[in-house]
Amino acid sequence: MEHTRRRHMRRARGDVIYDTIIFIILTFLFLLVAYPLYFVIISSISDPIEVAAGKVTIAPVGFTMDGYKEVFKSKTVMRGFLNSLIITVLGTSINLLVTIPTSYALSRPDFTLKRFITLFYIITMFVGGGMMPTYVIVKNTHLLDTWWALVLPGCLGVYNMIVARTFFKTNIPIELMEAAKLDGCGNTKFFLYVVLPLSGAITAILCLYYGVGHWNSYFSALIYITSREKWPLQLELRNILVLNSMAQTNRVMTEAELLEKKRLDALTEMMKYSLIIISSIPVLIIYPFVQKHFVKGVMIGSVKG
Amino acid sequence: MAQTSFEKGPSPVPYHREKDFLERMRGNWDLLLFCLPGMIFTIIYHYIPIYGVQIAFRNYKPKKGIWGSDWVGLKNFTRFFHSADWFVLVRNTLVLSLYSLAAGFPVAVILALMLNSFRFKKYRKVIQAVTYAPNFISTIVMCGMLLLFLSPRVGVVNNLIRAFGGNTINFMAEISMWRHIYVWSGVWQGMGWSSVIYFAALAGVSPEYHEAAIVDGATKFQRVLHIDLPFLAPTMTMLLIMNMGSILSVGFEKAYALQNDLNLPVSDIIATYTYRYGIIKSDISYSSAVGLMNSVVNSILLITVNYITGKLSDNALF
Repeated sequence: MEHTRRRHMRRARGDVIYDTIIFIILTFLFLLVAYPLYFVIISSISDPIEVAAGKVTIAPVGFTMDGYKEVFKSKTVMRGFLNSLIITVLGTSINLLVTIPTSYALSRPDFTLKRFITLFYIITMFVGGGMMPTYVIVKNTHLLDTWWALVLPGCLGVYNMIVARTFFKTNIPIELMEAAKLDGCGNTKFFLYVVLPLSGAITAILCLYYGVGHWNSYFSALIYITSREKWPLQLELRNILVLNSMAQTNRVMTEAELLEKKRLDALTEMMKYSLIIISSIPVLIIYPFVQKHFVKGVMIGSVKG
Repeated sequence: MAQTSFEKGPSPVPYHREKDFLERMRGNWDLLLFCLPGMIFTIIYHYIPIYGVQIAFRNYKPKKGIWGSDWVGLKNFTRFFHSADWFVLVRNTLVLSLYSLAAGFPVAVILALMLNSFRFKKYRKVIQAVTYAPNFISTIVMCGMLLLFLSPRVGVVNNLIRAFGGNTINFMAEISMWRHIYVWSGVWQGMGWSSVIYFAALAGVSPEYHEAAIVDGATKFQRVLHIDLPFLAPTMTMLLIMNMGSILSVGFEKAYALQNDLNLPVSDIIATYTYRYGIIKSDISYSSAVGLMNSVVNSILLITVNYITGKLSDNALF
């Protein structure tokens, strides 16, 4: 009795130390991630001069919404925002239209070409033509400088397709199909009236994966979109957030140029923080609601039927 | 890979003779229609470019097209290997890739182990929600934030350095800093999200192991080390192999966004080089050759690592 109690005590003490250390480390990591995000938020509503002077640390200083006003006044940013919304909606719809039927067909054990088509897609994960041959084909099919170039080449993400296929495999029992077949229901009807109504969860997951992907990407647009009025938001952001800060490291300028640049600098500096917030709004709005769906997607994907 | 890991169990429809094939196709030909749109686009934008890789062996002229341009053999490849660039590029790409892997991989595993053994479940949820969040920030915004924080004039970091009496550092122009900035900002952004897969796997650890270990007097730390960690081994191997296969394909987006003339000696990687030559200088054949060399090395690495892990353990991918 005495013996076990002592052992119990000792173990507990070791665990208390462990728990405390973990608590400290995780809290540190939490702050490490949370603080920069928080800092962007408070800086976006603070006086830019105070921000630059390092006065803004835990609360906004000299509250102002000028940064946001400036962003909303900027025609290029607003146009980019709208373009990105259109591209995201268009792209995600096409992704869903292509991915869901494909993954359903490939989830059916009685589909004759299942093996062949699965292999057909798996190969694309490991073998590709590379940037230039793809560029030449996009050019030859006249998609250059159109939004279709951002949307059609990647219309089916193989990883997403596997996630969806696993979902269908586990959630649509084959018995259901067999019963429907006996009642004279064909594949198409079955898909439209039975499978689709049951696939709300997976549609949500795919929407998010594809949607966030379209919203955040800039590589395809950088390559394929040449006219500025078609630029997505990320390219406009790149001009302001990245190229602008790079410019100051080189090049010698005249007095007049320098003055003009100083004025512009103050203006853009003010805009930057609010711009980061505004461009992340679509993702930020949905994130709290969908975080568990995202995680669910990873879990389905890692099980790999 | 496809056969072993995705196709399990025999097809419920018995399959005996060749003649059956058409008959069975008749039963579900409409399922093929379901797949057709995706397949057509994949053929056009993925398989035809694979065939189009031959422009790496030709002197591509837009007017003559892919198949009509003159065949030049290995000229583009020898040009790359004779240039001064290739060693620097391959080194930069490899270093960046291995460094990212060496930093990010353990962090994700340790984070998952810590989260899994964390006592305060509600606080844990908050930590998870916050650490996953940066994963959804776009590359451009991420780099924008970095440049803002590290800016020599107005950046928080330099304000701090100056407050402690140090000298202003122009981070983006420091060749010695660039890799650390690239890698650790990547860890910052990705650690939460890459821990999800391990955290999910840890849910599969049977509580009986832990109960038995507790009876034997194991501390929590010992249990994490000897029960949880070994349980993650297959997942870790799988992800490691996958990562090794893409070791020369460091993402274009972030490296390009953080590049400037001053840090180019360390920040120029194969992907950005391909872009610069192909799109900006329109040297399409040369750029394709560099890209092709990159994919070939990737495939060799993937197969080698898979072979080695297959020999060492049973966890090979295919």
